[in-house]
Amino acid sequence: MQQFIKKEVFRKAACLTAGLILTGLVSFAGRNNGGGKVSGRGNGGGGAKGQPAKTTDAASQLKLPSGFSAVTVVENFGRTRHITVGPGGAVFVKLSKLKDGKGIYRLEDTNGDGKADKITGFGNFPGTGVAISNGYLYATTDEDVYRFQLNAKDEVLNPDQPEKIVTGLLSRHEHEAKTIALDDKGNLFVNIGAYSNACQLQDRTKGSPGMKPCKILDSAGGIWEFKAGKANQTYGDGHRYATGLRNCVALFWNKSTNSLFVMQHGRDQLHDLFPDIWDTKQSAELPAECMYELHDGSNCGWPYMFYDQLQHKKILAPEYGGDGKKTVGDEAQDPAAAYPGHMAPNGLVFYTGSQFPEKYRNGAFIAFHGSWNRAPEPQKGYFVVFQPFKNGKPSGQWEVFADNFSGGPEKAASGRVDYRPCGLAQGPDGSLYVTDDTKGTVWKISYRK
Amino acid sequence: MQKNLFIGLTGGLFVLATVLMSQTKKPAAAPGGAKASITRGKQVYLEQCLACHQVDGLGVQGMNPPLVKTKFVLGDKKALAKIVLTGMQGVEVEGEEYHGVMAPHPDLTDQQIADVLTYVRNSWGNKASAVTAGEVKAVRATNTPPAQ
Repeated sequence: MQQFIKKEVFRKAACLTAGLILTGLVSFAGRNNGGGKVSGRGNGGGGAKGQPAKTTDAASQLKLPSGFSAVTVVENFGRTRHITVGPGGAVFVKLSKLKDGKGIYRLEDTNGDGKADKITGFGNFPGTGVAISNGYLYATTDEDVYRFQLNAKDEVLNPDQPEKIVTGLLSRHEHEAKTIALDDKGNLFVNIGAYSNACQLQDRTKGSPGMKPCKILDSAGGIWEFKAGKANQTYGDGHRYATGLRNCVALFWNKSTNSLFVMQHGRDQLHDLFPDIWDTKQSAELPAECMYELHDGSNCGWPYMFYDQLQHKKILAPEYGGDGKKTVGDEAQDPAAAYPGHMAPNGLVFYTGSQFPEKYRNGAFIAFHGSWNRAPEPQKGYFVVFQPFKNGKPSGQWEVFADNFSGGPEKAASGRVDYRPCGLAQGPDGSLYVTDDTKGTVWKISYRK
Repeated sequence: MQKNLFIGLTGGLFVLATVLMSQTKKPAAAPGGAKASITRGKQVYLEQCLACHQVDGLGVQGMNPPLVKTKFVLGDKKALAKIVLTGMQGVEVEGEEYHGVMAPHPDLTDQQIADVLTYVRNSWGNKASAVTAGEVKAVRATNTPPAQ
């Protein structure tokens, strides 16, 4: 009998322990879910019990405004970065990692269903930038710019013999991607990103002061202008068109304003480096990702300042004595528009087609690759934004145009997303092309009345 | 009741197993043992590492390398401690390149580095022996961070 009682006590104690453990687990899981966000629903991931999970189709995953639809031109194509479309409708994508030994692919849709059915690779160099101007296809490595001649059918004439236009640009494994835009007067603009976060003597290191002056700006941290048709140019042959720009992966020549627009990746780590000035929430929002309209001689202020979109002020950088409140004057140009921090604008295109509704004409589409430097706050971005323009200036609030590249709010918050939008281009029929460089997806977005 | 009993027994066994397992573990030469070191190390991780390597230790594509199940984290402790002390840039992990800049952290104490490495080596599915302050001290003695 006593033995039985002992056993009973043990059982009860064990039950209690298990109960406590379970309660603990449940409440821990609840906390991890970040304030009651429901995971896994409405995402095509679950499916009914016993049935295989629904596979999410990359085309139908995108959320678009009413009347728009998407098809995938290619899928699982590797690191597809920037994209451009020829006057004949052939699509060219640049890969930052070679696929079957090739770094550029020409994608042709011969039957009009939107999908590429004739695919040819060329260019044995990886990179990000690609653009077409005046019968030539320009493509970049992290140090050079090459070009290939095209014929009237957007076919590459000498795929094995590109002409080297620019060479020897600095690439120090930070903001190394060289990206390009061309005007109509034979000029080539190259983004040379700063190989630094904030031009500290020791990059990204707490307590390391800012370089005075920032020597990086002599050869990077700006946009350089070269001749589009002259071979083997290097720094001495071109000139620094605009400076004080940390890294502008997205740049585009706006034909309606006849000027160069860029999207700057703002600096990182305000909280990590200066926890006494900015908390993690402020550091996730700041500084703004800025759009600038550039002119010859523009100075946008990096690394000495950043734009605080909440105060609407140009703030002195903490590495140069800033305290989060001190401002700088007109030595740094004002941004044309400002967006939340760290969303990484990687693609920009001004819409000139007539396929989309009138409101899109001459406005800007911006591909936000998505953040990493918002942790521990939720990550943000992974969408294509539309910025309305009026008389050549941003006018009105930006809106998300193409959404859900991430695969759902939970994936976006964690940064473990399905797709990351990177490059943008407009086709001759007015469709919008978007690349993803995570899986290698290219979408064609069209509007049907 | 049967069900409760089952859960109770399972729970009891689980507790017992955990106690036994933790007792058979080689005690680490850290204040409070490996478990306390992991707890302290998590705090160091949140303050010093999370921004780049992320909550799940998986890093950022193309920039900051993952810390989960890689030889860098699970392998040679000296090499790992050296990375924390002197920083690094440019590394290939599982065929993927990462270019992000990692600042040196000589300002952290030997114990803080031991704690955070023990945490990293025992999180997100990682399982490896604890790092001690003494081991970090030895690495620090032979490695000075690059001059400013």
